[in-house]
Formats: sequence, structure tokens, C-alpha cells
Amino acid sequence: MAVASKYLPGAKKAHEAQHEEHDLRQYLMFDPKPRGEMNQMVMESMMTTSWKFWVVFAILSVLTATCFFYAWGYMIAEGLGVSGVMRPSYWGIFLVNTVFWIGISHAGTFISAILRVFKAEFRRPFTRAAELMTTFGLIQAGASIFMHLGRVWLAYWLFPIPNARQLWPNFHSPLMWDLLAITTYVLGSTMYLFLPLIPDLAMARDRSTGWRKTFFKILALGFRGTEGEWTHLHTAMNIFAFAIIPVMFSVHTIVSWDFAMAMRPGWSSTVFGPYFVVGALHSGMGAVAIVLAIMRATMKHMDYFIRAEHFDALGKLMLIVSMAWAYFFFNDYIVQWYGGDKWTDTLLHWHESGPMSWMFFQMLIFNIAVPWLILWNKKWREIPWLLASVGLLINVGMWYERYIIIPVSLTINRMPFTWKLYYPQIEIFLTIGTFAMFLLFYLIASRLIPLIPVWEVQEGQMAHSVRKVGKAVVPSVSEIDLTME
Amino acid sequence: MGIDLNLVGAKGAIAEEAEGKWGMVIDQDICTGCQACVAACAMENNLPFVGEEDAAYGRTMHWIRVERFWEGAYPEIKATPFQPMLCQQCGHAPCEPVCPVFATPHSEAEQINLQVYNRCVGTRYCANNCPYQVRSFNWRDYHTQPFHANDVDGQLVFPFHNQFNPDVTVRRRGVMEKCTFCIQRIHTAQDKAKSEGREVEDGEFTTACAQACPANAITFGRMDDHESLVSQLAHQKHGVKHLEELNTLPRITYLKEG
Repeated sequence: MAVASKYLPGAKKAHEAQHEEHDLRQYLMFDPKPRGEMNQMVMESMMTTSWKFWVVFAILSVLTATCFFYAWGYMIAEGLGVSGVMRPSYWGIFLVNTVFWIGISHAGTFISAILRVFKAEFRRPFTRAAELMTTFGLIQAGASIFMHLGRVWLAYWLFPIPNARQLWPNFHSPLMWDLLAITTYVLGSTMYLFLPLIPDLAMARDRSTGWRKTFFKILALGFRGTEGEWTHLHTAMNIFAFAIIPVMFSVHTIVSWDFAMAMRPGWSSTVFGPYFVVGALHSGMGAVAIVLAIMRATMKHMDYFIRAEHFDALGKLMLIVSMAWAYFFFNDYIVQWYGGDKWTDTLLHWHESGPMSWMFFQMLIFNIAVPWLILWNKKWREIPWLLASVGLLINVGMWYERYIIIPVSLTINRMPFTWKLYYPQIEIFLTIGTFAMFLLFYLIASRLIPLIPVWEVQEGQMAHSVRKVGKAVVPSVSEIDLTME
Repeated sequence: MGIDLNLVGAKGAIAEEAEGKWGMVIDQDICTGCQACVAACAMENNLPFVGEEDAAYGRTMHWIRVERFWEGAYPEIKATPFQPMLCQQCGHAPCEPVCPVFATPHSEAEQINLQVYNRCVGTRYCANNCPYQVRSFNWRDYHTQPFHANDVDGQLVFPFHNQFNPDVTVRRRGVMEKCTFCIQRIHTAQDKAKSEGREVEDGEFTTACAQACPANAITFGRMDDHESLVSQLAHQKHGVKHLEELNTLPRITYLKEG
């Protein structure tokens, strides 16, 4: 079991035992509340909105309307000339954003599926928040890919739709694999988000009135909580948790293949697959930290569900992923450096001492130095704003990393006559637009569906108990395994 | 040129003769860098002007460009020969497999790379993967931009629309394009020869760039015909192919310091 029972030797004095028990209460699993009360807390957090919420909502709506829809419409009407892409940087920030958002979407599934499979108990209160990130991140990634197309109104040609001329997409193209992988991931992760949501939707249905009741009634699919329904739900979730993990790994590997399969200096690297997967987890973990800190700070009753222990556990994960990222980064970098290829050599010099070298070094500081210097300390890990700040810096660093891989590396090719630096134009607004839309979706979702998987928390709390053996306090976890029928 | 065809065959690619069917020789020793080929190509293939700003930013649409390089630092510079660069019509082209919609297929008849404009959705992957960087993208509807027109009494008049080549499509925004070895001229010559019941003769027609070159630095013709001028020029000792080490099997031979 993930939470090992502490063996407490010898008899304890009564007040020590009390102290022991008090210590255990700081863990969510050992601090149970009655089910009705907890359900009520989650419902209240969902129904409460202050004027600040509506101000943020209005700002994000305006930003989405202008920077996303208007800017994109303008670009479709005018052509990609209004963006900064040119020869030789045929790919610009659009693909940076695509890779970035797919990266963000990774942590959701990672936290939810891998930690569920390994039965890490600390995952329980925030799996949903992470899964929502997956779904909303993928929406932005898909939008960014379509923004990037020269003739987006013909994007359906990428799909294998039978047609009279028997034109078929080219399955040799890494972009085609990419499209299929992302589509699979969107469908899989949405179902995986929905399954554990059903009992919570049913809970909300039974505690709401008006249009909300109708809304939850439709979504809950008539879930009543019978033994058979729970068995089916657990089986389905188990299948999805295992199935989504290889999909998650394959998606970012295939995204990296868009670059690794190309015949370009700096891109044609065999380590890109795992390097991109770890990079995705790196930015995704950081994003989860930001979301949890915001949730805890702004939503009602969240300080009960999201505690120091969760930030602590997340901080440890972030530190490990940061180390893994550093390993892959240097593995990629040093091999290319010593490879001695003329063009790769030029490219690496361009990274380190070209006009964008500030970005290169900031990337290293944000992705490696900052997490390593801060996250080793348990006390610091437990401070929500500090962990969220580290997460924010990691995300900036990871966005820089993709920027360096795409437009900065594209500047250098085998035809020195064409070398030119890329200057983003309308992409900046479109980037703001995707971020605003992501946050807007999250904001709306936080008031429409329970962000805390209440039944999972309750399930965990029932399995955990504090027993008194003589005068000793013994925390224990029930061996009844609900998820592995 | 010492290309091992077994290597290509092993990768399952189209095993063509390394020389291909149609080929070109560019003699850098006699190229004067006058850009006549660039202008002729633009007129023949309906290439638009992109305007001052876009041209400076790296969005010129020319299918052929004349590259110049220097060695050393000013004032002790040594100019290297002009290097006209255009699509090398690779026999084993990196641009072809990466297109998700088959807009850049290989022509079996002409053994060159084609670009299907009305199939292209504009992912620009082909241009990224082209080691010669010779593909150009229609960033805007350049043909209808104001800088393409004269202002006559408040009305925009597009004089260049009157000299469009009717044999070549006008491309719209969001589409990739590139040198086709003037495939419309190849087809016209082949049709004429067929109607007269004969083969196309060497030198009967040529591409727009070769036709316009005042120094005769560009020669175009059949590479699989060992008697043709282009074939004989290409087989001189000082012929080189660009980025040959990438195994792209380029169809254009450059003559330098002969």
C-alpha cells in the first residue's frame, strides 16, 4: 500500500498518543467528515460566486472573443501573412503552443491514471482538477494546430473520409500520426474524465434544483449507486486507467516525431520521444500546482480538501520530473555537441550565443535551477504560492524550450543564404487567446461540475482508520481493494 | 556520381536512376548573377510580387534565387561564384513523405516532384523538410494586394493580370508552391512531338530560366539521353550536386571552377 502503517514501538503515554493522533489529522485521509457534510461543502464551493468571479469571467470572455476568435478570423481572411512565419521559419508559435498545450494535458492523465494504478492515496482530492486540464489543454492544442494551417477551411482533408475521388491521407506523414494520436487522446481522456465524474454528478443531481438539476440529471446517466453500477464503474475505470497510460506516452512521442523525423540539424534526434514525454510532464506538473493553489485560494472549503500534504507530494514529483528532464536535455544536447556535424554545431552555437541565447539560459534556470534549489525543502514545498510560482516558472521555461526547438532552430538550415530570425506578429495575440480560453473553460467548469471527486475522497477515508492499540495510535489502511475487483 | 542505388532500394523508396529523366546543369563559372532567370521564371509561372516589407522579411516567392556569398571580412573579401538555387527535383525527396494529404507527390512520368496546389492545405511541413529551402508559400493573396496594382482614379488596376501565363494556375493564399521544371513547357513539347509522330529532340524547348539566361549558364534537357548537351555537360569532371550526402538524388548539377 502506498501509505505504509507506521510501526510504533513500545507503549506510549496518553498525551503522546493524543499528540500522535493530532498529527495524523493533518492528513485528509485521517480527517474524515460525515458524508452529508462533505457533499454539502463541495456543492457550496460550486454554487458560490463573488463579484470577483464575474470580473475575471468578463475579462477572460473579452480576451477569448478578441484574441482568439477575432484574431483567428482576421488571420483566416488575410492569410498567414499577418503572422510572423516565413522562410526559413515556416513553423512558428502555433506549433510551440500546440506542443505546450499537449504538454499541459499530460499531467492530468499522468496524475490521474498512473497514480490511480499505483494507488497513491494523495491523488484522491485533485484527480479531477488534473483531468480537466487534460481535456481543456487538448482543445487549445487542437485549435493551435488548425491555426497553423494555411487553408484551415480544408482541414477535413486530413481525416480519412471516404470520397468519390478516392483521395486518402498520407499515412507516411508524421503529421498524420499526430492527428490520429491526438484524436485518440482527446476521446480517451474525455471518457476517462467522465467516468469518475458520474457518481459526483449523481450526488449533485440529488442536491440541486432548477436548471442545474436537469443538467446534472442528463449527465449523471441515471446513476443510483447500486452495487452493480459501482462494480461496472470500477471495472470501466480500471480498464481506462491502464489503457490511457500507453496512449499518453505515445501522443507526446508522436508529437516529438514531427520534429525528429524531419531532416534538419538539431531535430533529427533519437532521444526526442522520451525527452518530449518528460518535458510534457514537467510543464504539466507545474500547471497542476498552479491550478491547485488557485483553487485553494479562491474556492470555498477547498482548504479542507487540498492540504499541505498534497503540495508536498506534488513538489516531490516536480523535483523528480525536473531531474529527469535535465537528464534527457543533456543526453540530447551533449550527444549532438560531440557529434561534430557542421550544421548541428552551427545550430548549437546559435542557441547559446545567438540573439535568442537569453531564452536558452532562462530555460535552464527555470527548468533546472529553480526547482532544484526550492523543491528539496519540505517546508517550502508545502507553501502553496511558492509551489505555484515554481510551477509558473517551469511553464515559462518549458514554453521557451519549445520556442527554441521550433522557430529558433528553424533559423539555421543547410542553406545559409536563407538564414533569418523569426519575429512573431499576430501569434502573440493568439497565444493570449488560447490561454484566456483555457482559463475561461476552467472557470466555467469550476461552477458547473464538482472539482473535487467527493466519492473518491470518501472511499479513501473509509479505507483509512486510526486505531488505538492499548495506548498506541496506529494508522491503518484497509486491505479491501475496491479498484481491483 | 557514385550514388549507391542499393541503399535507396533498401529503404523502399522509388528506385530511379540516379540521373533521373529531366535534368539541369548550372555553370557557376559563367553565371553573372543578373537575375534574368528569376524574372523570367516569375513571368512564366505567374509568381506574384510580395511587396517591400514581406520581401525584406524573407517571404519572396521566387522559385529560383541567385545566392551570393563572401569569404573573409571587409575589405579583404573574396566573392564566391553566384549560386542559382531552385528545386533540385530530388529523386529521393525529403518533402514528399511528410505531406499529410499527398499534395507533393512524385511524378513517375517526368521523374520530378510535383505540387498539387488545390490539394495543399498548408501545413508547410514539406518546406521545413526541404534541405535546399526552395519552396515558397503564399502567405497572402499577393496577386490582389494593393502594391500589385496601379491606382487609376481611385480604382485599382492590376496590369500584371493581363500577362498571366494561361498554362499555369494562379495560386491563392495558404498554398505551397515550387519550381516545376516548367512542366507546362515539357507537356507542350511532348504533345507537339507526339502529334508529329516523333520523340522530343534535345534543345527543342527549354525552361524559362534557361531561355532567359544571357550567359547560357543554365542548360536543361534529358539526362537519360547520353548524347544530350545537358548530359554531356553534367558528366564533366567538375560537376557537383548540392548536399549530395543527404542522399536526396538531386537532378541539378552545378559546374564550378572548371
